[in-house]
Amino acid sequence: MSVELSDRDRARHGGEEGPAAAMSMRILVAMAEVYGAERLLDVSSAHIDGCLYHGDSGLDFAERLVAGGGRVAVPTTLNVGALDLLHPENFRGSPQRAERARRLMSAYEAMGCQPSWTCAPYQAGHRPGLGEQVAWAESNAIVFANSVLGARTNRYGDFIDICAALTGRAPACGLHLDENRRGERVYRLSGLSPRLLASAVLAPVLGYHVGADCGREVPVIVGLPAATDEDFLKALGAAASSSGSVALFHAVGVTPEAPTLEAALHGEAPTAELELTADDLRATADRLSTVPDGEIAAVALGSPHFSLAEFERLVPLVERHAPAARVEFVVCTHRLVLAAIEARGWAELLREAGVRLVVDTCVVVTPILRTVRGALMTSSGKFAHYTQSNTGLEVVYGSLEECVRSAAAGRVWRDPELWGSG
Amino acid sequence: MLVPGAAAGAALVLEEPLSLWGGLDPVTGEVIDRRHPQVGETVRDRIVVMPFGRGSSSASSVLLEAVRLRSGPAALLLAEVDGILALGAVVARELYDRAPPVAVVPAEDYGRLETGAVVTLSPRGTVTIETGES
Repeated sequence: MSVELSDRDRARHGGEEGPAAAMSMRILVAMAEVYGAERLLDVSSAHIDGCLYHGDSGLDFAERLVAGGGRVAVPTTLNVGALDLLHPENFRGSPQRAERARRLMSAYEAMGCQPSWTCAPYQAGHRPGLGEQVAWAESNAIVFANSVLGARTNRYGDFIDICAALTGRAPACGLHLDENRRGERVYRLSGLSPRLLASAVLAPVLGYHVGADCGREVPVIVGLPAATDEDFLKALGAAASSSGSVALFHAVGVTPEAPTLEAALHGEAPTAELELTADDLRATADRLSTVPDGEIAAVALGSPHFSLAEFERLVPLVERHAPAARVEFVVCTHRLVLAAIEARGWAELLREAGVRLVVDTCVVVTPILRTVRGALMTSSGKFAHYTQSNTGLEVVYGSLEECVRSAAAGRVWRDPELWGSG
Repeated sequence: MLVPGAAAGAALVLEEPLSLWGGLDPVTGEVIDRRHPQVGETVRDRIVVMPFGRGSSSASSVLLEAVRLRSGPAALLLAEVDGILALGAVVARELYDRAPPVAVVPAEDYGRLETGAVVTLSPRGTVTIETGES
């Protein structure tokens, strides 16, 4: 084999640490060859996406690792599963599927992973630092870890994520290495109103636009305010990794590897410089919806999982505009945020207004929605991208306020000023 | 070659990158992303040609599940290295002893691949295209 292995790698590969570690090393070495990596490197944490039930193959894999003595070698969080374990009655699939999904989640816990069940581990206490090597899965978590935290991970996915966690090793290539983190394709925001630049509605649209356009180049965004908040960057990255394969973006003056444009570009010339106007972005916003404005049957928020700060914006809106009884209203979050909003009395307020709070999972990865036809409205670019194929519903994209006021009216309400250029 | 193996079959050229998660039904092998130009086509037993994958890292799971259910492609021919797709095939080989080979095709060959052409992938990674009636 052409990949240079440490003594411990070789011992594991040879089965000295059990069948699970050996299988993990075989997969890591095969993938190192795929990527052309010369060696493996140490990772200090992992985030696992493999705990979401897609079918029996994932269960076959996890249970083979458990049977082979698999135990994580580094701190490891778990992404969403297919069940809300706190509210299992939410699941609309067959009892057999629920049982398989639960078995899969248990298998990953049995290997020592933390039952965090969130696609936003970075807002649930798992925050690797600048330059730290990690092995993360889940496209939005990957792009957040790389871009916003400045940690270093490739686009790990199901299977290799747990292989890295069980061994603490990953192929030394791609975004683990300095030279591949250079910004390449520059997008300059032009003529956007200060209100739009400060609005959460811009983030998924900008991300969706850039993700679809940049191919495999690392995008650099110029023109975001220095005060751009973490939830904006989270939504931007999640959308960019839905419409494209973005694993790292730089936002000049905002993200840690881009104090200046020159720093983001590593002192080299960009491959292209493009201007993005309010009209360009409004056209992209329109593409996030699959039907024209009209009646809606549901609102879903929280992909990635809703943060405490996002609930802080949602609660007063729901207080002013309670959802109509015929509109299903679901917010997906994780257990730490749920506990925080329970403590503040917000969870009760929302539930009384008819809002359902879902944890451990989300509405596009598992059958949870009661709505079976019509349009779902969302402020999430990732939900907008995946709703139609994963739930069969049509989708309408809008700002948080537009979602809440539309839920109250039962049909799409638009903020006429939102996309105006400044 | 990313994941070695030999295969032959009719080519299906995906004109845009496809996110398998949400874009491919692993039970039927059908492309179900309605925004994708090849929606409605099946990948089952075909030599699937695509620039690279996109979107969620769950794509490897969908590919593995399609292999388990024998709805997967005969092979994947890519324009660029795609680890997430290769991984699905690597794990399929571990678990089920069968996997679609995955290869990166040189640009000049990639441009010649057309839907419906009969394509053979040799164990060494050579791609042979028979255009059929021409």
